[in-house]
This record gives sequence, C-alpha cells and structure tokens, in this order.
Amino acid sequence: MDFEHESDDPFRDDEDDPDAHLSLEKESTKEYVVYLVDASPKMFTSTCPASADDQKEESHFHIALSCISQSLKNQIINRSYDELAICFFNTREKRNLQELSGVFVFNVPERDYLDRPTARLIKEFDRIEESFAKDIGSQHGIVPGTRENSLYNAIWVAQALLRKGSAKTVDKRVLLFTNEDDPFGCIKGAIKSDMKRMTLQRAKDAQDLGISIELLPLSHPSDPFNVSQLYAELIGLEEDELADFMPSAGNKLEDMKDQLRKRMFKKRIVKKLKFIIVDGISIELNSYALIRPTVPGAITWLDSVTNQPLKSERTFICADTGALVEESTKRFHPYKNQNIVFSTKELSEIKRFSTGHLHLLGFKPLSCLKDYYNLKPSTFLYPSDEAMDGSICIFIALHRSMIQLKRFAVAFYGGSSRPQLVALIAQDEVIQSGGQIEPPGMHMIYLPYSDDIRLVEERHSEKVGMVTRASNDQIKKAADVIKRIDLKDFSICQFANPGLQRHYAVLQALALEEDEIPEIKDETLPDEEGLARPGVVKALEEFKTSVYGENYDEECEANAKPSEASKKRKAQAEVATKECENYDWSELADTGKLKDLTVVELKYYLTAHNLPVSGKKEALVSRILTHMKK
Amino acid sequence: MANKEALVLLLDVGPSMHSVIPVIEKLCSMLVQKKLIYNRHDKVGVVLFGTKETYNELTLELGGYRHVVVLKNLKDVDGDMVEALQKLPRGTKDGDFLDAIVVGMDMLIKMYPKANKVKKRLCLITNAQCPIKASIEGTKEEQVTTIAKQMSVHGTRMESIIVRGKLCRKKANKTTASENHRLLNIFSKETSTRIVYVGNPVSLFGALKTQNKTPHTVFRGDLELSSKMKIKVWVYKKTIEELPNLKKCYESPDIVVPSDQRVRGYHYGPQLVPMSKVALDAVKFKPEKGVKLLGFTNSSNVLRHYYMKDVNIFIPEPENTNAMLALSALARAMKEMNKVAILRCVWRRGQTKVVIGVLTPNISDKENIPDSFYFNVLPFAEDVREFQFPSFSKLPAALQPNQQQLEAAANLVEMLDLAPCGKEKALLPDFTPNPVLERFYRCLELKSKNPGAAVPPIDETLKKITEPDSNLVLKNKSVIDSFRRCFEPNENPRHKKLRRLLLEKSSSSEEDCNRDITPLPSNLIEVKVDSVCNPTPPQVFEAMSGSRNTQDSVVKAIKDRRNKIFELIDESNDGDNYPEALQCLTALQEKCIVDQESEQFNDFLRRLWNFDRNLQNFRGYLASRDSP
Repeated sequence: MDFEHESDDPFRDDEDDPDAHLSLEKESTKEYVVYLVDASPKMFTSTCPASADDQKEESHFHIALSCISQSLKNQIINRSYDELAICFFNTREKRNLQELSGVFVFNVPERDYLDRPTARLIKEFDRIEESFAKDIGSQHGIVPGTRENSLYNAIWVAQALLRKGSAKTVDKRVLLFTNEDDPFGCIKGAIKSDMKRMTLQRAKDAQDLGISIELLPLSHPSDPFNVSQLYAELIGLEEDELADFMPSAGNKLEDMKDQLRKRMFKKRIVKKLKFIIVDGISIELNSYALIRPTVPGAITWLDSVTNQPLKSERTFICADTGALVEESTKRFHPYKNQNIVFSTKELSEIKRFSTGHLHLLGFKPLSCLKDYYNLKPSTFLYPSDEAMDGSICIFIALHRSMIQLKRFAVAFYGGSSRPQLVALIAQDEVIQSGGQIEPPGMHMIYLPYSDDIRLVEERHSEKVGMVTRASNDQIKKAADVIKRIDLKDFSICQFANPGLQRHYAVLQALALEEDEIPEIKDETLPDEEGLARPGVVKALEEFKTSVYGENYDEECEANAKPSEASKKRKAQAEVATKECENYDWSELADTGKLKDLTVVELKYYLTAHNLPVSGKKEALVSRILTHMKK
Repeated sequence: MANKEALVLLLDVGPSMHSVIPVIEKLCSMLVQKKLIYNRHDKVGVVLFGTKETYNELTLELGGYRHVVVLKNLKDVDGDMVEALQKLPRGTKDGDFLDAIVVGMDMLIKMYPKANKVKKRLCLITNAQCPIKASIEGTKEEQVTTIAKQMSVHGTRMESIIVRGKLCRKKANKTTASENHRLLNIFSKETSTRIVYVGNPVSLFGALKTQNKTPHTVFRGDLELSSKMKIKVWVYKKTIEELPNLKKCYESPDIVVPSDQRVRGYHYGPQLVPMSKVALDAVKFKPEKGVKLLGFTNSSNVLRHYYMKDVNIFIPEPENTNAMLALSALARAMKEMNKVAILRCVWRRGQTKVVIGVLTPNISDKENIPDSFYFNVLPFAEDVREFQFPSFSKLPAALQPNQQQLEAAANLVEMLDLAPCGKEKALLPDFTPNPVLERFYRCLELKSKNPGAAVPPIDETLKKITEPDSNLVLKNKSVIDSFRRCFEPNENPRHKKLRRLLLEKSSSSEEDCNRDITPLPSNLIEVKVDSVCNPTPPQVFEAMSGSRNTQDSVVKAIKDRRNKIFELIDESNDGDNYPEALQCLTALQEKCIVDQESEQFNDFLRRLWNFDRNLQNFRGYLASRDSP
C-alpha cells in the first residue's frame, strides 16, 4: 500500500499523534476488557430486526456475539496490545478459576484467559454458536429455591480476571451484555433483596478496585429494557444520566456495534498546554487528537525465505576515513558549494520560540478563516482545573463569547517541532438522539505561513486571456443541479476507507487462513442509480446546454488540442523508435554488450517499447533484458 | 531551461523608505539565499532608486534616468549578492519608480532579447509617495501604458509591493499617492502584475513570495458531475508545508538482505503475517482514476475542523472557456445557496488510495482571474475518534462563569481585534512569514562563513508573530485589566508546592519552605488540647495550634499531630484514610509556618518518606491528588 510513511525530517511534526508513539507508551495506556455475555435462554429466544430493510430477526445472543467479533477484529489490528477475556454467564457448564457455577470463560490454546487477541481466538469465536449448546449450554442461573447467583458469580470472575496489572497503568473494564433488566424477578421476599444487595456490593467492590462496569442492554421494541430495575445502581448511573442512557433505537445490530465502538475508544491526552490569555492570566488545557488519519500499521521486514523478522542496523561510516564512527545525530544542508552541518541541539534551538505554550494574540471574525488555511488535522482542546484553578471557568466564558460573537482566536503555539500560528474555533456541544456528536471545546487549526501558500490562480492569470463569468441564467441552472443532487444527512463518518478496509480484509484472510478474501464494498462510489433519475438527468442536461452550448461534442474537444507535453512526448517516442531500429538489440543482449551503450542509447529502446526510463544504468539494462525475456 | 528565472529587484531607497530598509534587506537577502539553495542557476539583478548617484546603462545611452543605480547586474546568484543585499545604501533623493522599471526592463531585454527563453520578473518595492516625472510625449498614463504593453510583449511579470500606513513616516501627499495608485493599476491591467499593499513590517516580510518551485498539477482531467456532464479542471496544491530538507551525515544503512529477498510483515495480534509485494499487488484495492461528484450538501454539515490535510485548488483548464463558465456557474450557485460539494478523488492511475473531500467555492474578485474551488480532504469513519466530554452546562455551578465574568470575556473577544473594519488585518497567513525558516536561513548564512557560529536570536520584527502586539494591548488596557480583575489569579501555589515538596523528598531548606507556603491568617479558635484523640483531626489540629501558650506546648502539639498522621497512614486500608492524612498534613504544614517551626515540619516529612510500605501508596496518592 502506498500510504505515506512518516519521514524523519527534523522539521516535520511528529509529536502530536499519540498512536505514533504507541509502542513506547503501550505500558501506560493498556486496556484490559472482560466481555461478560448473558447466555440465559431469554437471550436466544428474544429477537430484534437485523436492519431496517431486512425482515430477518436475529437473537440477542447472536447480536452480542457479532458485536464482540467485530470489535475483536478491529482491536487486533488497531490495539493488539490490549488484553481481553470473553466470559459467558447463565451457562450449564462452568469453567473458571474460582470453580463458580454458571460461569464459563471462553478461550483457545496458547492463550491465558485474559490475554492479547490471537487469530485463533477470533476464528474459533466466530464459530462458537455452532457448538454452544453442546459445549457450554444455556441455563438459568438464578432460580427460586437455590441461592445460586450467576450474575454475582460472573462479576466475581471478571474481577478476578482483571486482578493482573496495576489500576494506574491499565484501564480495566467489564462490558456486560444482557437483555434481562430484572435478573432477580423470579425470586421473592427477603432472599431477593438479599441477593440484590450482595450483587450490588460485589459490583461496588470491583469498581472500588478501579474496574469500570459498563452495560450494553439489548431490548425489543415491545419489551424495553428498564435500567432503573437494577442496573442503574449496579453501574452507578446518576439520576440525570438515566434519560440519556438508553439510546432511542438501541435495539438494532448496527446501533449496538456503533455503541460498542464508541465505548471501546479510550480518551488519551496528547499534551497538557498552558494557554496564556493576557499577561498574568493563563489556563490549563488538555489536547486530544479526535481526527487523525488511520494507516495500516507498521511494517516489519521479514526474510522472504524464512519469514523471520529482519533486524535493521545502521552503521555510520566517516566520509573522510571510511572508519566506523559513533552514531551521528548531525545533519547537513548544502549551501554555496559547501555542506553546512547542524547538530540536533542547534536544530531544536532554531525551532525554539516559546516553549510549548499557547499565547493568545487576538480575535478575528470567523469569515476571516479562509478555506485554504489548513495544513494538517486539527487538535481538540478541553480545559482542566488540575494545575490551575479557574481554568474551566475562564475557558467557558471565552468559549461562550466566541460562539456568540462568531469569532475565532488567533494564538501562537510554541510547539517544539513546528512553532506556528493557530486558529482556535469554539465548538458548541451537539447532541443527537442521546449521543454526543460534537463535544464542547475548541478546535485548534494549524495555519499556514505565507511561505506555505501558493499563488496558483495568479500564475495562470496571463494564460487565461479574457475571463468570463457565468450569467444569471447559467447560475440558476447550476442551482437546479445542486438542488437535485442533495446529500441531506451527509456526515463525515459515513464512509469507511475502502483501501484500508481492503488491506485489513486481506490481512485477516491471510492470518485466519480463510480461502476467500471478503469483498469490501466501496462506499465512496457515487450513487449511480440516484444520478440516473430523470429529474437529475434533466437538470444536468439543461446545465450542460446552458454552459457548453447546444452542439457541444466532448470527443472533439478532448482531441482538438493535445497539450504541449503530450505533443513533445509523442515526438520523442517517434525519434526513439527510429533510433532504436539502428541497433541489433538481441545481438547486443546475447553478447553482453548492452552495458557498453550509453544511457541515452538504452533509453531509445525503453521509450520505443513504452517502458519506464527511470533508474541507474544497471536498472535500465536489466529492464531491457527482462523485456526481451533474456 | 524554461524554468530558469531572471529577476530584477527594484528597490526604493529614498529618504522616506529608510525606516523599512532593514526589513527589505532581510527579505531580499533571504530571497537570494533560497535561490542559492533551490534555483542556483537563476539570475538576479538589483536596481536601487532614490539614490544620490546615478549609474545605469540607459543614462549613458540616452541620458536621463537619474538617481537610479544598478547595484548588481543580472548574474547567477552568489554569496556576494546576499551580502550586498544585507547592507543596502540609504539614498537621499526622491525616487522615480517608473524610471527604475524601465531600467530593469532594459536589463532583462538586453540579456534575453527573445521572449520565452527564461521567465522574466520584476519586483518593485516602494512606498509610491514620490511623483514620477512628467513625460515629454503624452500623459503619464499613456507613458505607463506603453511601458506596460512592452512588458507584456516580452512576457515579463511584475510584483509591486507598496509600503504604506504606519510604515511611512511622513504623511503622503494624497494626490501623488492616488496618481501613483492609478498608474500602478495600469500595470496590473495590462500585464500580469500582482500589487500588494503592506502596512506593517511583518507583512512586508511575508509579502514577497520567496519560494519558486514550479508547481505541478495533482490532477488534470474531468470533474465528473455525472457520467454525461464533465468539466475539465486542473488541480494544484494551494498550501503545502515548506520545509528545508536536511540530510543525515555519514549514514549508510547497512543492507545485508537485498530488497528482493525481503517481504513485508504486518502484525495481526501477536502474529506477524507476511505479505509479499506480488501477492499484495494482486489483491490490493485498485480504484479507477477520476474525480467524481457524490453530491452537494449544506455547508453547515461540514465543520471546519474536519479538514485533514493541506489544501488543493481546482481551476478550470486554461484556455477552456466552457470549463471556466461551468465552474463559475457552479461556484456562484453554491455560494448563494450556502452549499458545498462532496467529491471522491483518485488523483493518479494506479493509486491505491481514495480521497473523500469537500469542494468550497472561491469566487474571484479580480478581473483576470477565473472562479475556482478549494478542496479539503475529509476524514473517513476510521479516522474519527468519538471521545465523550462533559457538557459545560452539566459542570458544577462553582465552575461556571458569572454574569460579570461573561461580560469581561465578551469584551476581550470583541476588543482584542486583529481584523478591524476598514483597516489592514493583522497576521494574515498570506503575509506572515515563517519565523523558523527565517532563522534557519539566517543561521545557514552565518554558518557558511563560520561553521561554529551560534544560532542567532529570533528576528525582532518576527517576534510580533509569537507575542501579542504591544500596541493592541496598550490600546485595550482597560478591557484587559477588567478581565484580569474578574478572573482572580488562578494558580493554587500552596497546593502545588506542597506536592512538589513531597515529591522532591522534602530536601528543600527552611527558607524555601517559608517562601513557598502562603501563611494562613490566624483566625483560629483558642482551645486547650492535650492530645489528639478526636475523630476529626484536622479541626483539632487547627484548634491545637491556636493554643500556643508555651514553646513546649507547640512542640508537643506538633509531635502529637505527627503521630496521628503516621497512625492514619499505617492503619489505612486501601488508602481510605489518605484524604484525612493529607488534610492533617496540610494543616500541620500551615501551622508549622505560623509557629515558625518549619524545621520540625521538614524533619517530619523526611521521616515520612522513609516510612514503611504503606507509605509507598500514600506517596502515590499525594502525587495523584490534584485538587484539595
């Protein structure tokens, strides 16, 4: 894949993407998750529609499993150092270290109960439904007459699994999937309240140890999940959070996966910044990377025969003496026929302006922020009162004023790799159907310098000759087209990256030894069907006639004026073909005399046969030989 | 080579320009420096006007053209030229910019009589305050028009940087200024001339485009609205980060295994999956080259912070009127309706990446520039991390600003204005040079003369980019002061220092301790206490320290408190007593200062550190506790 790789140019910015340093900080940002899945008979009998246009119903159990499977496949690619365990409760069989009944920890060989995901785990988990009834079995764990409490046991097992690792460096979580809002419904009287109390205490103990318990409730439209029965207290939901907790349509598979995905992301602070507002008043901000390009992950070079990882080593050889020298951190830049050498210290000195602070310079109306003032993804800022009291208060006051007055702040960010001017845009919170779409805070946009902006339009002004503008009628016709092809609910999250998805699919197929690579749907293609609707076609046709005239012929235009470059290329090819005929290439190749020809001569052959002409002489020769099949 | 450029700098060094000459020196020498690095075979000439002396070929040939000096004839750039530009002479006469333009043109034409051999460019820097001489034949306008036509014939471009506003010391003569303005506009109409007005040193520094790499198109071809309706466009980079390209010294990566025997391996969990290039090529995603419209949407659906990368610009294919009209119609309709277009782009053949982006209209206000579009890359679903943050409205009332604070903030946002109406906007990216690059090139020049030269300080002019403008701050002193009053100093030094103290294993001296800790006002209740046994120790502590009857009782009280703290920590189960212990510790610290017993406190801290295993956790607790 030709995703660009970070160069190690000292002037390039590399500090701000936390994922770039993932290998360094994997210790401190690890996450341990226990998936706790209710396997009671109700999970198998309750169903809900798979998707809006599909009438097929899927069991809650199946939905939970496919969610987990999906997130495992994502996790193994994105955060494979995080560890997880999968645990069913309300099962017939039991398998856990405490020998508690009704709880079954699912696992595969060569793996601890709580461990990193492996290809085998994913593969066998995908097939678990086939053998579930036989190997694990579903059975009510809480029945009148016994004092068994499978929910209590399940939380206990989860807590024991998460004993490993310190709560300070590891984020520990239990994700609980169930459709039973009142697990003790069948129990009566004092025993019920007793069991309830014990379970809540168990959950509280786990939470006290730094384990967060999160609930992913499944429900059917006719039988909504009532969080306040037990779980609100169990997961520690506040009164005012109750209303927002159950998403309005939280019963569809897609929503469920989405919800899980959202919860799987852990907030990571990229940096703590000091924002100097005026002399004597500064506040503390935390910066977060909300939007960063996702790349397929680091490449490890392997030996093509053994598939063993290769070790990369660098040797530094002194240019003058040829002797090996200690690793050099110096860099040079050619200037005036000499190489000017800079040490790393000097380079960082050149880049040092105001160490890491954000310095407010003033405000401008939002209309001043042109669309071409952009260089890289923005960074999100949220205030923190940790080191400086009042940060949040000042931030909120500025935030509100900036939104009301439609202004953005201009500040200088003295980052260590590229100190630069930034625009701070206040973003109000946006909530849609119970979920936060846009968090409240400010987005830091990195502004270009004049050196970074190119005057493209003006470069071409002379060639254009007479400039004509569209007439009102033409604009009206264009407006009709715009009205016809309208993406009403466009959202930036709607497209998956087809290149990346394809790569993951290939990787997964190879790792899981699947025979077929799953077809990836390219969601980014235009909606041909929609574009073929008569209304759209008519609007486009009218627009075309209005700007191009009645008898416009595309072919004619395309062929009318071949560009200068293509003319030149054509001429060159003709010359090369002619010249090429003067040599007996086969003879030259056989006698090994190709290398005696000049590069120019070699290129005749290459150009004449439409081959690339780049590379060193040896490359050219070998390309010719390959082409002649010798 | 067609890409070679011949540039003549026309610099006004007359008396009214003296204040800005230092900036011009830096600007022009940097321009030549960059040429030395990137375009070593470009030719540069330097013409000064407003000088006392006269030295140019036209004077010798035709007479006239006084006070115009050719400082450097057109020649390949070299270090000598950098130095000459770093110390420009100051002139004493009023300069005539038209004379200078003619001299510059003459130099270019004599060197390159045939058009199109090289790119010819003139760069005029003046304040255009001095009138040009009346001509013998025809009006000034006619004269300028003739010259402009000549320039056009010879394919010469001109850039005029006009210094004005605060940068000009003396008040300009209005009629002269407007006449000159009119005359310069003739150039811009007849030829491809860019006129830039600059009002502060920073934007003067950024006004001259020093980069000169010929931009390459990212894409040439159809913008497909549908399979039937296509518009011919060229796509260029509009912004791209300019960085020097340094190479590592002496490095030779030691490749033992040749590249054809290596294969890429990707991690899949703990497992490494080998993927050979051949296999990868066979199965990888291969989209078809093309730029296709997905649809239009309200501009409010695409927030500004979604923009992912540097920006592209879509211009109509040059000399294609149809394309120009079609883009113009679309751009204007979109602007009116407040819409943006969403595109799917594959720029090159064989590229394995698809880009989704947003097209925003760029309506041109210049006669000779057609309407165009800016294109910004948008994130894919995988690129967005949906973190949740607490709503501001749900934060406790204590953290919410009050009415007065809100007003102060609104005033600040309103008054600390960088884009005042009708005046030059400060810190426009288009005119703000990169201070790091400036410093780098200056350092490069210094080091070329003396390899051991130290890194020079930040340029004084460019410091204005990194710090608030002192004039603006002064002008809004009352607004800033009231803002400061409304939000009282916010750092909590006592708490922070205590933490630091503990973390540094309390090695600080008594003086440090006294200075760092803010004394607490002594408004404590006088109660006689003999030993600490109360279940609410902090209050007792405070009460105890109030009873400073004798020196002995103070010492005893401190001792008792120490014991209590040890007890609390020792008996603590999973840290449940820690908050209390910390409270006690803080109270003790405050008391120690009031009672001038810092030594005792420091001593105690030292002992506390060497305490048993439980303390390990307590220390961690202290470090993690940030708000009292």
